[in-house]
Amino acid sequence: MSGSTILEVNNISVVYSDVIQVLKGVSLMVERHSIVSLLGSNGAGKTTTLKAISGLLKPENGRVTDGMIIYHDEPIHNQVPEVITRRGIIQVLEGRQPFKYLTVEENLIVGTAIRWGKPYKKDLELIYHYFPALLERRKILAGYCSGGELQMLVMGRALMAKPELLLLDEPSLGLAPMVVDEIFQIIRKINEEQKTSILLVEQNANMALHISHYGYVMENGKIVMEGPARSIVENPDIREFYLGMSASGQSKSYKDVKSYRRRKRWL
Amino acid sequence: MSFFFQLLINGISLGFLYGLSAMGFVMIFKSSSVLNFAHGELIALGAFFFLALVTWAQLPIAIAFLVTLAGCFALGFLIERIFLRPLIGEPLIYVIMLTVGLAAMFKGLMLLIWGGNLQTYPDFLPGFLTLQWDILNIPPAYSAALILGVTFLTVFGLFFKYSPQGIFMRSVADNQKAALSLGVHVQRVFALSWAIAALVAGMSGVVLGIINGINVHDLSSIGLKVFPVVILGGLDSLSGAIIGGLIIGLLETFTGGYLDPSLRDVIPYLVLVLILMVRPYGLFGLVEIERV
Ligand SMILES: Nc1ncnc2c1ncn2[C@@H]1O[C@H](COP(=O)(O)OP(=O)(O)OP(=O)(O)O)[C@@H](O)[C@H]1O
Ligand SMILES: [Mg+2]
Repeated sequence: MSGSTILEVNNISVVYSDVIQVLKGVSLMVERHSIVSLLGSNGAGKTTTLKAISGLLKPENGRVTDGMIIYHDEPIHNQVPEVITRRGIIQVLEGRQPFKYLTVEENLIVGTAIRWGKPYKKDLELIYHYFPALLERRKILAGYCSGGELQMLVMGRALMAKPELLLLDEPSLGLAPMVVDEIFQIIRKINEEQKTSILLVEQNANMALHISHYGYVMENGKIVMEGPARSIVENPDIREFYLGMSASGQSKSYKDVKSYRRRKRWL
Repeated sequence: MSFFFQLLINGISLGFLYGLSAMGFVMIFKSSSVLNFAHGELIALGAFFFLALVTWAQLPIAIAFLVTLAGCFALGFLIERIFLRPLIGEPLIYVIMLTVGLAAMFKGLMLLIWGGNLQTYPDFLPGFLTLQWDILNIPPAYSAALILGVTFLTVFGLFFKYSPQGIFMRSVADNQKAALSLGVHVQRVFALSWAIAALVAGMSGVVLGIINGINVHDLSSIGLKVFPVVILGGLDSLSGAIIGGLIIGLLETFTGGYLDPSLRDVIPYLVLVLILMVRPYGLFGLVEIERV
């Protein structure tokens, strides 16, 4: 492993409940301080890949049966999340998952669980600096926040843990285009200013590749393509199947939608 | 009129005890969805543990009380560690059956050691706890209950509202998966909620023992009273548990005082059924936040 790689997923297989095989030999790498996108259609196994890294497979009765996950030169696969979070990997779950009956600020404080007892006032200020909307709402129950605010909240909550590697699962899910823009700008800013490495799972391939350095495309539990983000954006297959454009760059018309449907057969 | 106030104060004192021990029950339920059927036995264990410390070990009262609290806390912690933790991931009904088994075990153990007869503590409450105005006369046990109730309530209220550990505990009750993703020690939270539940149960047991005497059957059947209290307050609301406790405590003393002592244990359940018909999620149950 080269010195600038912090995470290496090496040919892993993941099985749920001892019988359902979901990942069939996935390999990827995250370089220090970089943003890496992991793209793919529904059910491809993106979330499963993130959970394998963060240890959250375990409570769902999933297991890495083959291959290795190496973080800072040490294997971490099949460890419990309590250990992996303390080593600096935090996953932001799909569908946001706020603590609904806790206030916005209390949600953020839960992010300090891995360094319980240490002061966190400065870190709160930093989060409010990145997400000013949260400062206004700090005393409100999270359950009453809007989708955009919640996305900021769960990202802020994860940042309170000062992760070295942040795993983001579909941050743009169900948000208005303007808000999506804002979220992606903040992700880029956090990467640049806090030097946080980010593994970003997205359906919104265009946006994700735009802020990423490197990208992977998954299909049916396998990586089918990888490369620098630019090269993926320019790949004609990807343009057609993930960015919804024909090779010439125009948006596809509904007439051509059949091939798209064919491609999504794992839905 | 003074009879009324007398009953009112007795009812409130009793209600605080019910409410506090129900709070322990709710805490376990909120964090791990387990209904603890051994709750009454924990109450009784607290009372007997204190009895042993006072009579056999001859410890000074204050120290015996603190040791009882610490012992109950440790016991709750150990129960989770030894009996519940191996069942994590198993269907909930097994865990609940396990608490039924624990209840039988503890009860048998207490019967073995102390027998089934009524025992009493030596008279130790200081005279200044007897409050007297006019013909109104509050026995020291009730003022002690009141003081302890308010103290514990304040301490736990502050703990859950402001301390990080309290916030972590609420986060587990709220969304376990998200708490896990942030590295919260979920199992430690389970253990802590058992420990706190056993502590408040044991404390209630001591005071109830002072008021009614100590008997395995009577004290552990108070565990059953947790159900109307908790259902009244809503299974998932800590403050609801306290208010539910006050309502049941007041209903009991007023029924006993004005109607018939033998109705004491019936009326609360009647009211319970009526309230549940109108508000099935209890008076203070969390109303689900729909948004999100
Ligand atoms: N706990 C589980 N037990 C069994 N099968 C599971 C479990 N979680 C996911 N799967 C299966 O694994 C496959 C991949 O799921 P995963 O959530 O990783 O996909 P994804 O790429 O994140 O999809 P999406 O874009 O819809 O979020 C799916 O077929 C899903 O049904
Ligand atoms: Mg997913």
